[in-house]
Amino acid sequence: MTTQQRLPAPVEVTAAGTAEGAASRGGLPRWAWYAGAAALLAAAYAVFRGTGTLPHDKEAPQFLAVTELREWIDDQRDLNPVFLYFLNYVRLYVAEVHGLFQTVLNALGWPGLVGVMGGMAWLAGGWRVALLAVAGVGSFGVLGLWESSVETLALVGASVLLSLAIGVPLGVWAGLSRRVRGLVTPVLDVMQIMPTFAYLAPLVLFFHIGAPAGAIATMIYSIPPAIRITSLAIQEVSPAAVEASASLGATPAQTLFKVRLPLARPRIALAANQTVMMALSMVVIANLISAPGLGGDIIRGLSRAQVGLMLPAGVAIVVTAVVLDRMLSALARRGPRSRAGRLDLAAAGALAAAGLALTPVLPATWPQEWTVNLAAPVNEAVHWVESTWYGATTFVKDLTSHALLNPLEGLLTTAPWWLVALAVLALAWRVSGARPALTALGCLLAIALLGLWEHAMQTMTTVAVAVLVTLVLGLLLGVAAARSPRYSALQRPLLDAAQTMPAFVYLLPALALFGSTRFTAIFASVVYAVPPVARLVEDGIRAVPAPVVEAALSAGSTPGQLLWKVQLPMARRAILLAANQGIVMTLAMVVVGGLVGAGALGYDVVVGFSQRADFGMGFVAGVATVLLGVMLDRITQGADGRPSPRRRKLT
Amino acid sequence: MKIRLLAGLLVLGMAAAGCGGATVGTPSGSAAPQPGGGSAAPGSAGTVKIAINPWVGYEASANVVAYLLKNELHYDVELPEIKEQLAWEGFETGDVDVIIENWGHPDLKKKYVEEKKVAVEAGSTGNKGVIGWYIPKWMADQYPDITDYKSLNKYAHLFKTSESGGKGQLLFGDPSYVSNEEALIKNLKLDYKVVVGGSEASLIKGAQQAQEQKKPLLFYFWDPHWLFNKTQLVRVKLPEYTEGCDADPKKVACDYPEMDLDKVVSKRFADTGGKAYELVKNFQWTNEDQNAVANDMTNNGMTGEQAAKKWLDANTAKWQAWLPK
Repeated sequence: MTTQQRLPAPVEVTAAGTAEGAASRGGLPRWAWYAGAAALLAAAYAVFRGTGTLPHDKEAPQFLAVTELREWIDDQRDLNPVFLYFLNYVRLYVAEVHGLFQTVLNALGWPGLVGVMGGMAWLAGGWRVALLAVAGVGSFGVLGLWESSVETLALVGASVLLSLAIGVPLGVWAGLSRRVRGLVTPVLDVMQIMPTFAYLAPLVLFFHIGAPAGAIATMIYSIPPAIRITSLAIQEVSPAAVEASASLGATPAQTLFKVRLPLARPRIALAANQTVMMALSMVVIANLISAPGLGGDIIRGLSRAQVGLMLPAGVAIVVTAVVLDRMLSALARRGPRSRAGRLDLAAAGALAAAGLALTPVLPATWPQEWTVNLAAPVNEAVHWVESTWYGATTFVKDLTSHALLNPLEGLLTTAPWWLVALAVLALAWRVSGARPALTALGCLLAIALLGLWEHAMQTMTTVAVAVLVTLVLGLLLGVAAARSPRYSALQRPLLDAAQTMPAFVYLLPALALFGSTRFTAIFASVVYAVPPVARLVEDGIRAVPAPVVEAALSAGSTPGQLLWKVQLPMARRAILLAANQGIVMTLAMVVVGGLVGAGALGYDVVVGFSQRADFGMGFVAGVATVLLGVMLDRITQGADGRPSPRRRKLT
Repeated sequence: MKIRLLAGLLVLGMAAAGCGGATVGTPSGSAAPQPGGGSAAPGSAGTVKIAINPWVGYEASANVVAYLLKNELHYDVELPEIKEQLAWEGFETGDVDVIIENWGHPDLKKKYVEEKKVAVEAGSTGNKGVIGWYIPKWMADQYPDITDYKSLNKYAHLFKTSESGGKGQLLFGDPSYVSNEEALIKNLKLDYKVVVGGSEASLIKGAQQAQEQKKPLLFYFWDPHWLFNKTQLVRVKLPEYTEGCDADPKKVACDYPEMDLDKVVSKRFADTGGKAYELVKNFQWTNEDQNAVANDMTNNGMTGEQAAKKWLDANTAKWQAWLPK
């Protein structure tokens, strides 16, 4: 194997994709160029192996400098005007908003909350959604998690409200001004790829711990889609409508409020939807800085090593996500000017009133007899799996580690840094062109300068293998779903659950089956990243025009030929986008990997979060993860001529 | 429009809070209610916030104290879940009044007790913390000499895994734990590599599977822990601890010392906590006591409150001595 062939999986896919259509240069066939370059790199590796490696130093001066900066800031806390007049007020206001949500939700009482949610759902999408909302909110009580669920709702509500209050106006501005857009986009990129753990520690420094800090952490993660989608919605308002309004003499403000915003409304509802989903995925992380809610139940289950304790909380989070998603997407589907009918209003009002009227009558807390305790049976089932499957899972783990992970990691960590940089440069140049290639190179060099080369190479190995597995699985599932609508209907809710279920819940059995290894981390990433990939592939294949499919069939194609010769090639763009998404999602799980034995950058971030003296290393490792993400993105982005893949991911 | 609204709110709030700027240590408004003797529900003596660090033994102690505070002294008790190092920050912000089980942390004591003066030590819990290297019991039965560190190299091949790069694997846990592992391996010339699990869960699952599936495992663990009630583990003997042998972290070649676990409270709570503070200061019990409560919570499906009540009902004499006179 040569260096080039062993670089991350998506790169291979995309490289193969472009090679097909491109014409060969000079007299030599294309493959000869590749073979030549690969042979050259292989020769260089053979000669220089073991030299120019940059081993990890826990006490690199870069890390120490950041740690010292942290201590300095910490000492300034009650002296510096930035704290006194800005940061501490931010904390107070967020606390105020969160407290308001908390008070209102608790004051409603459980029958009241069920009724009010049902009423709101009815207004948003009719009786079906209302039924779902009533059942969903009721299930919090049945699971025995009423109080934590309400805490989570309050936290998510406060963060989403604030995210939208800031994100929508910013998004509108970015949608109107190209310059603002250019300024905001890279910041949003960083906010989304930066591992949440990495900014948790600095956040604690500025905003302390507790619910307000948790809400702010959640906002950092949930604001980007609000800004991005709003900006996109404003940009995509038909220019004809805007021109018409301007030619009729409307001021820019009138055009914005009377034309642009109303036309963009469904899209902005979608922005709200994405914001909610992002906020929900922070529930567990927020608990690490002592924000209340369902995250606490999950962390407790983790320290007692009992899936039975974690699963109900995980289910409650998934249920919350499903209920809110159905409500908000029903809202997004409705036309810009439609209003609820009188009948709907009456029904919704009745539902809410009934709930509120019952609050003083029924017991103040959810009755104990109405809860179902699942802990024991779930624990038993998990235990059965852990002891029965152990042999098979160990075999799979060892095979992957010895055949794939160890050689690749060995290669990347023993190759001289300049050789790896050269390979990345050549590859990115070939696939995406000069500018992205230089950016990729810049990122890689920055990682080296930050003192995290070795760990970054190890993380790259895990990410590469995870992306490879994700793509294979995602393609299989996506193709299967595209070919059978019935199977697709079965698979969709499962994928939804896999994406919203906090990773910690399935990490425990994974730890028992695979041990504390890189493979466990890969397993977690795959569960998290397969759903979007499968969905994109399915949509891509579905989008192949029916006449094309019919033409192929009438020409006598077998289903296999149809798939390989028509559907997959035509869905290429969607598949490439899926590959890119796979990379981003996998990177998001790097830190979780650090908690289950993957080591490297993820573990550095975790260390930085839990050991004061290593704050610097953790923070720098977070930055390095972002750089790694940008690098992989730049290498792959040219594959289908997209400007930036992440800009599309939320549309 | 919304921006203007927000700005307006900000200005209003600043005016309301006075123009002195907001410091977090002296909270104003409803954001951070006064701990200790502050206002609380009618009929209550005040609110006490005991941080819950993420291990069950800690939770057991916290629940027992919380039960007494609630039912004997009529305080309200909050149990916010916070990681060890962050809990110390809580002393400063008012989010935490009590850390009921502290494992050493001389660096944090220096910072918060001596320099910032926001925390105060409140005496021993009576629990002895022991860190060490453990193996599942079946290994000690099969290879009787393995429990001595001198023969670890002989058996290193047993402990090889896909992660340990040809050497024996020593599994480590959460990075916030006290650790001499790297130095020990180097200074005792052991043919082992530290593999970081990253969490307590990775240690527990590893230990459970090692005993159940009869797989070799050498790992870092500590007592008191509920796992000892469920899974049989044997400690590997390292060179004995002598005073000062761990002074230089790079040259450590001896076992961990037995650690006296203690309580730390916020300065404010020590000054204004009254009877609640007295109770916390007097609280003292043994490892067996704690493991009993922790085991009920983990393996017998009891909530912290139920397990605490069960123990308290059976040990009246012990807790009577903790109550303030």
